Amino acid sequence: MNKELTIMERIAEASKSITTGVDEKDVKHWVTIHIMGRGYKVPADLTILTAIEYAGYKFIKGCGCRQGFCGACSTVYRSKGEYKLKTGMACQTRVEDGMYLVQIPFTPAEKPPYDINKEEYDVSTIFKFYPEVARCVSCNTCTKACPQDLEVMDYIQAIIRGDFELTANESFDCIQCGLCAIRCPSEIVQYNVAQLARRMYGRYNSPEPKNLIDRLKEIKEGKFNKEMEKITSLSRKELEKLYAEREREADEPIESAEAD
Amino acid sequence: MSRKKFPFYPGCTLKTKAENFERSGLAVTRALNLELIEPERWNCCGTVFSLTDDDLIHHVAPIRDLIRIEEMNKNGIVDESRVVVFCSMCYNTLKRANLRVKENDEDLEKINNLMYREDDYKKSIEVIHLMQLLQEIGFDKIKEKVKKPLTNLNVAPYYGCMLLRPKEVGIDDPEDPVIQDELIMAMGANPIDYPYKKVCCGSYQTVHEKEAVAGLTYDILTNAQNEGADVVITSCPLCAFNLDNRQKEVKKTHPEFREMPILYFTQLMAIAFDLDEKTYGFDLNYIDPKPILKSKNLL
Ligand code: SF4
Ligand code: SF4
Ligand code: FES
Repeated sequence: MNKELTIMERIAEASKSITTGVDEKDVKHWVTIHIMGRGYKVPADLTILTAIEYAGYKFIKGCGCRQGFCGACSTVYRSKGEYKLKTGMACQTRVEDGMYLVQIPFTPAEKPPYDINKEEYDVSTIFKFYPEVARCVSCNTCTKACPQDLEVMDYIQAIIRGDFELTANESFDCIQCGLCAIRCPSEIVQYNVAQLARRMYGRYNSPEPKNLIDRLKEIKEGKFNKEMEKITSLSRKELEKLYAEREREADEPIESAEAD
Repeated sequence: MSRKKFPFYPGCTLKTKAENFERSGLAVTRALNLELIEPERWNCCGTVFSLTDDDLIHHVAPIRDLIRIEEMNKNGIVDESRVVVFCSMCYNTLKRANLRVKENDEDLEKINNLMYREDDYKKSIEVIHLMQLLQEIGFDKIKEKVKKPLTNLNVAPYYGCMLLRPKEVGIDDPEDPVIQDELIMAMGANPIDYPYKKVCCGSYQTVHEKEAVAGLTYDILTNAQNEGADVVITSCPLCAFNLDNRQKEVKKTHPEFREMPILYFTQLMAIAFDLDEKTYGFDLNYIDPKPILKSKNLL
């Protein structure tokens, strides 16, 4: 490559669909999947996301990180011969022969505007913005739908009784994929409720971090202005040099994730 | 002697508006050498028992809670398969749902199938109200624990609907209940008999029909006052809310009305047992009970 890539180009390069350039004669195993009712033959080791691209679709919405983190690529599907409706993130779920699927790029849900500084740290605030939480019948369908394996019903039930701490902790890994909400018979939008609960818990129940308060004061007082000016006036070359030679801690050896 | 461990279902309201009921109730049961243990995970009981024949989905919540209690038993966390409930509404809902599935295997099978991630409910749990547990301990035993008899305090017991109806789940004779009178006497107070003790408080109509509920509050409370009551006791957070908070509306239509405190029976027991004042939780009562209690030298 003779042209230097910009950062954005590099990101785009890294997240390019991996199916580009698959040569059909190299593929040993094939499966047939049904995307919105139409059958496609795709390589068996693809994820739903890449299989959809292989089939010729181009994502302009409903795809983001490709790593299971952004919550954009929600899929609803049925496996061959099974009555159960399954859910998952397309970028994290492998295709199965005979599956029927559709992407859910967006869950229709209104998010009421609020200013947590003006709201009371009390369950009444939850009911004010999301009165429908009281309709929960504890069917647990949301939990079954959650690709993050969160105890969604438990966190909704916890907030009904004003337990902000439990809701904040249980919902911490929510990626806002919306799959719980589209399955809920009580039409609750769990992830928005949890977000309000986490915000309120953070605002009213976490101790004020002293370091942060001190540092904000220092910034206001202009302690770092000079240094900032110096950095922003550097050329690109000088900046890269500074970055490469920065002081940093040694990389820790990566321990096997399975160990824990 | 080690404390006997009972499973305890608090319900949502005891964690919020009726936190003083939970606080005083747990203090009182501790004083009676009982340990009440809340399940690690639980959900709202559903609040009202669904009467529609084929509406099984609304029985999932209470049965799921009973499964949690079975888990506590299985894991040896508690000594008892009887779950103790304070709130009359939760008591009524849990007990009726339990009865329904115990008498109807097909219903239970459907509910178990829907909850395929949980262990099946094995029908081993019984639902009891705290008042029943006190009765079983014996009101004479409770009398022995009284350090500060509530002498000269005239207490009107209010039952409402949920403790008495329907008959199959009622904790006492639905026509002539006396269980609270016995408790009041054990505490050294005077029970007040009045015909309105079993009249519905208006329940959830309080949301849309404030004035109608205020009318009922007026009838019930003036009826108790005419018989000489100083305070009313209840074990239902919704009755307590209606009888207590709706006095504000009563005042508007009946300016001559004399406001009176509504207490959870456990709050009075905490006073009679002379427990730490922190367990009383009067800050959550709408009409302040302190003046009348002070006038009787109880605070
Ligand atoms: S809680 Fe709901 S929105 Fe959040 S990750 Fe789970 S299914 Fe998705
Ligand atoms: S799907 Fe809805 S009704 Fe069912 S448990 Fe979850 S929040 Fe409650
Ligand atoms: S693309 Fe981000 S979670 Fe799948």
